[in-house]
Amino acid sequence: MDNEFTSTAFYTKLKEDRQLVGVKCKDCGHLSPEPRPMCPQCHGFNMEWHQFSGKAKLSTFTCISIVPVTMAAKGYGRNNPYCTGIVTLEEGPQISAMINGVDGTNPQGIETGMDLVLDPDHLDEVTPSLAFKPA
Amino acid sequence: MATINKKRQLGRPVSVVGAGLSQFGAFPDKDSRDLFVEAFRDMIQNMDKGFDIQDIECAYVGNYSSDLFEHQGHTAPIVADWLGITPIPITRIENACASSGSALREGVMAIASGMYDVVLVGGMEKMTNLPTDGVTDVLASAADGLYEVPAGLTFPGIFGAIAKAHMDRYETNLDHLLKVAIKNHANGALNPKAQFQQTVNTMAERRIARAQERGQDVPEYNSELDFLNDERANPWIAWPLRLYDCAPITDGASCVLLVSEDIAHNFTDKPINIAGIGQATGKPLHDSDELTSLSAAKAASQQAYEMAGITVSNVDLAEVHDCFTIAEIVATEDLGFFAPGEGPRAVDEGRTALDGDHPINTSGGLKAKGHPVGASGVGQVIEIYHQLRGEGGERQVKKENPTVGVTHNVGGTGGTCVVNVLRRES
Repeated sequence: MDNEFTSTAFYTKLKEDRQLVGVKCKDCGHLSPEPRPMCPQCHGFNMEWHQFSGKAKLSTFTCISIVPVTMAAKGYGRNNPYCTGIVTLEEGPQISAMINGVDGTNPQGIETGMDLVLDPDHLDEVTPSLAFKPA
Repeated sequence: MATINKKRQLGRPVSVVGAGLSQFGAFPDKDSRDLFVEAFRDMIQNMDKGFDIQDIECAYVGNYSSDLFEHQGHTAPIVADWLGITPIPITRIENACASSGSALREGVMAIASGMYDVVLVGGMEKMTNLPTDGVTDVLASAADGLYEVPAGLTFPGIFGAIAKAHMDRYETNLDHLLKVAIKNHANGALNPKAQFQQTVNTMAERRIARAQERGQDVPEYNSELDFLNDERANPWIAWPLRLYDCAPITDGASCVLLVSEDIAHNFTDKPINIAGIGQATGKPLHDSDELTSLSAAKAASQQAYEMAGITVSNVDLAEVHDCFTIAEIVATEDLGFFAPGEGPRAVDEGRTALDGDHPINTSGGLKAKGHPVGASGVGQVIEIYHQLRGEGGERQVKKENPTVGVTHNVGGTGGTCVVNVLRRES
């Protein structure tokens, strides 16, 4: 079942289990929040599921005013920018994620380094996003 | 493995002997094939010793996404047909915004291998058919569609996140970014092919004049920076990036003629040699070791410098991939012109201006010249070609007899980077 480590499984686990579940290489221990069938570090194919704690820190971010079509459909735009960025998971790896619960119109008030937790609420069924919110 | 440290060399030297650029801008009636023909016409009309089109043996054309922009796949054979060069082999190369950088690399290797003596390489993109949100979506498809795009990241968004990281780590501020735009617009104002041939000052004056015509409140600007800090004139796109931090949406094409160096003088007395080529690959920003640097750019430049046998101190000027103002600052650090974190100060001190010690983007860069993504890599090579031949006109660099120029072409958010070293024959 090599191909079970897919993005489909990632978003299904996010929606149904409300957990951030990635993979760990059983050979070298490399962690990847994105499920993948092959270890990019040791090139082995011996992956297993790994549940991340959902705790993270905000590494960097942006507040987007000119939004893609899918985000416009969710009500975001010039007058309602959203915050997205890169978070560093407690376990070490980084991943791109929406940052909920902050004011996208006031980026100066958003602090990099802040503690975050996984936000599995408000998951869109059609276009689910990995999201975090202030802890 | 031993091959990792192998010193890479071309099988034989390769020269650029001709260059052509279409007008850059928005051309509703033209398709990408028309733009490519326009660039080709510019090239053949400016060949120093003329040239027989039948001598072209092979071609590579960079194009990011005619499929999504024009609903046209398999564009390379159409270009060959429009140029009347069938049945020679032509191949489309797609590496996002580095497509023609990679196309040039393929052309260089095709000659260096000994297979061909005369190769046409170029690039094209027809972007303005779609509205801005559609273009944003097409460009975003060069990022990771499974893990970056669903998180809401756009192209400006990813570079906005890089800018924020640079601001956190160093003393970079918003004005540093805007000063890159001011410099590149100043250069673009001197480039008759540029999409924006206006300084920021000219744009500010136009805004004032428009307000006066319409009887609206007339804004007052004390400086170009003052204008760029007016949120109505320069709205946020992806904080900390504003409109003027972003390269525009552009239609355009570019091409150069590559030949084996031993026949270069049949075409021109002033060939420009490809002294070094480098290409490297990076991961999505969230998987990168650093948020303030593109690892592929560092690796590609090291390859190119080593092949050319130069150090960064030999470089007279560079065209770098300023898809966003922060991208230019990061590029000048990744290429080794300035230490990490010193790029913003170099902009402040005018070191990257036409008369600076490290002139960057004399063409106006992607910011002012325009960014028809598939055409940009070869477009950069064309600017260096002209500068090294002393043909920069009003925007010719002030240093005398520039000898070595570098191009830096990024695909996606650093997934691909192509760096070339070009050198004038001594």
